[in-house]
Amino acid sequence: MKILGIESSSLVASVAILTDDVITAEYTVNFKKTHSQTLLPMIDEVVRMTETNLEEIDAIAVSGGPGSFTGLRIGSATAKGLGLALEKPLIHVPTIEAMAYGCFRSNDMICPIMDARRNQVYTGIYWFEGETMKEVLKPCAMDLCDLIKEINKYQREVLFLGDGIPVYREKMIQILEVPYHFAPSFMNRQRGAVVAELGAKYYVEGRIEHAREHLPDYLRKSQAEREREAKLHAST
Amino acid sequence: MEQKKDCYILGIESSCDETAAAVVKNGREICSNIISSQIDLHTLYGGVVPEIASRKHMEKINQVIEEALKVAGTTLDQMDAIAVTYGPGLVGSLLVGVSAAKAIAYAKKLPLVGVHHIEGHVAANFIEHPELEPPFICLIVSGGHTHLVIVKDYGEFEILGRTRDDAAGEAFDKVARSIGLGYPGGPKIDKIAKEGNPNAIVFPKAKVDGAPFDFSFSGIKSSVLNYLNHAKMRGETVNSADLAASFQRAVVDVLVEHAVLAAKQYGFHKLAMAGGVASNSALRIAMSQACEKEKIQLYYPSPIYCTDNAAMIGVAGYYEFIKGTRHGWNLNAVPGLKLGER
Repeated sequence: MKILGIESSSLVASVAILTDDVITAEYTVNFKKTHSQTLLPMIDEVVRMTETNLEEIDAIAVSGGPGSFTGLRIGSATAKGLGLALEKPLIHVPTIEAMAYGCFRSNDMICPIMDARRNQVYTGIYWFEGETMKEVLKPCAMDLCDLIKEINKYQREVLFLGDGIPVYREKMIQILEVPYHFAPSFMNRQRGAVVAELGAKYYVEGRIEHAREHLPDYLRKSQAEREREAKLHAST
Repeated sequence: MEQKKDCYILGIESSCDETAAAVVKNGREICSNIISSQIDLHTLYGGVVPEIASRKHMEKINQVIEEALKVAGTTLDQMDAIAVTYGPGLVGSLLVGVSAAKAIAYAKKLPLVGVHHIEGHVAANFIEHPELEPPFICLIVSGGHTHLVIVKDYGEFEILGRTRDDAAGEAFDKVARSIGLGYPGGPKIDKIAKEGNPNAIVFPKAKVDGAPFDFSFSGIKSSVLNYLNHAKMRGETVNSADLAASFQRAVVDVLVEHAVLAAKQYGFHKLAMAGGVASNSALRIAMSQACEKEKIQLYYPSPIYCTDNAAMIGVAGYYEFIKGTRHGWNLNAVPGLKLGER
């Protein structure tokens, strides 16, 4: 089985090829260049390095959000284009879930946090029971303080990862009442390899979608829609 | 002798609020032209909301491409190249088409040709006028652009004039909003103006001193707003049809004068119009009359090719393709792409 994993939900651009149970290539860049310029050349690079024939790929797994709206669209539109041209299915891998899965069998409660601006984070809470990852709080956008209050309730050690940490670290430390850890560099950002791995798992379970149907999960409406709804709400 | 093979281009367009794909054969034959318009969605907000537009493009992009291939009775394997609009436009919207087009071209090992949206509008004239070839003068008028250019060759332009502020279509939208017609303003003003007197109110001409081919539409827009405010203060009711007709006339007069002057001054007997505003009936009538008088052959596309569409991108893409233009997998969306820039 061959899965191409694509991750571009944040500043990180990452692509990987999973061949059976081996990550034959992973290319991750966490630097300023825009994904629209880097993502496809990165895919081309891993495909060439591994002498992969694109037709042999079984499915394309894509980090489906939440995250940067534009970043998500670049990844998803690329996956949709590949799926259309290669006539292969897509696998929608929730970004937060993939981040948590990267801490496989951690004894701690796992809490990915992505900076969602406006004092909010995209987050979720997970823990492992054996090899099974349990979702305690499903991916959502929430106020950072509310998240920490939620975490304090569980009275468990917690492992944080994600680009929300450098933004909110001080504030988090102030209000956390449980022992906490921040994941080290190699496991604290989104990775194409995890998207591919989790994608393979979903693929086996039949959780695939047609490239035409695939859409990112933004978890937030556009500002114009929010404002319009607020106005309608206020007038009723 | 070996028979010349047909050349098929898949064109993709997503620069604003239409998601579109088309298959073009041998440069000018349209095998399919699929457009998914989001206009009803944006009408709620009185204009295009970029984030909503981008999201809608994601929903429609594969569907319109698949439909374009199907209607044309072709498959991707028959394509010779993929042409995609990469600017100018809304960056989030452009990125959807560009990312998908790149991925398709990459997966099918096809050449990728990035197309300038406005060059596409100009090329729309080639679809129904097989005899039309450069050089000619072209007036490009849309919601985002107002340019007067010499089309020297396929994809080669000399800009004679442009708007100094608002685009012509933008002025239509703003005036339509001020008299409560809503979005999109162009077709609505066009319609209501038919019942009005174009000589009822005199608005200033959209000219720029010392620049005979440039345009300025902000002054006339302000005059309309002032006129409305004065009327309101005096408690007078405004005849919207007269106002729309008078405004439209002031805009159209300048567009026609400048375009015809350019043709005469540079010695061209061929004049084309392109862009959404080229569908405006008053502009078509006035330009036809002026061109007839000056013995200039006038060309303009059918409304379906004036609006944003991918057929025109396929046509422009074809001429770029045969010239050897190729873009790499790092092609980016360029929201402020200049005309004639590569």
